[in-house]
Amino acid sequence: MVYITRIEHFNAAHKLYNPLWDREKNEAVFGKCANENWHGHNFELHVTLKGEPDEGTGFVYDAKKLSRLIKEHVTEKLDHKNLNVDVPFLTGKICSVENLVIAIWSQLNPHLPETIQLHSLKLFETPRIYVEYYGN
Amino acid sequence: MNKVAVFRKEHFNAAHRLHNSEWDEATNDKVFGKCNNPHYHGHNYDLIVKVTGVPDKKTGFVMDMKVMSDLIQSEVIEKFDHKNLNEDCLEFKNLNPTAENIAVVIYNILKPKINNELDLQIRLYETERNFVEYPVT
Repeated sequence: MVYITRIEHFNAAHKLYNPLWDREKNEAVFGKCANENWHGHNFELHVTLKGEPDEGTGFVYDAKKLSRLIKEHVTEKLDHKNLNVDVPFLTGKICSVENLVIAIWSQLNPHLPETIQLHSLKLFETPRIYVEYYGN
Repeated sequence: MNKVAVFRKEHFNAAHRLHNSEWDEATNDKVFGKCNNPHYHGHNYDLIVKVTGVPDKKTGFVMDMKVMSDLIQSEVIEKFDHKNLNEDCLEFKNLNPTAENIAVVIYNILKPKINNELDLQIRLYETERNFVEYPVT
């Protein structure tokens, strides 16, 4: 079994804000991340697939194809966007990096062939903050 | 002369958009592309402040790094971190917040606060792959 990882990136604005709470509570919980006029990040996404290398190609999965799939279904929908406003698959969600990684899994997983297993997503919000998600 | 350059690295996260209000939307879209998104996008900015001078005879410092760090924090990071550069920062009320202009603004903020005998240079990373320097030496 071999794990192959493709790294992609996107730049986006967001804010952390729960519409069910008033502004005071949002600021108490989310601090400066609740800034009503947004702030932003350079996000970096690590997509890891696992499988046996194909006998014909030697590939677990063609890394170029994986890059295209991630771009088409994930990064093109997120890059240079406002996550709270511009992204249909995040509507109604609090745009934390945790919720974002779960949503990216749902967005990407259906487009991978059944022979390949999506093992993990690692999403960096900054070089110092990242989350991992294994689909469960 | 024995000049030495000292560097302090800091960072801030901010939203912005590139937009010229004197142009119509079509021109803005053509020139600035996806950076013109009216709902903004954002970056993790890395800021490197370079100060060059002769180390002081008594302290051995070109500039006390703690003083430099406090200065950058109070004058730059607190202004720009977790802000919308276009909406929240007066410096960009009439100035497009490109990496180039942000670097010039940061230079102009810090320059009067630093010993006049020291040279100051700003390097600003908008992404790992895009960065600018000011002034050019």
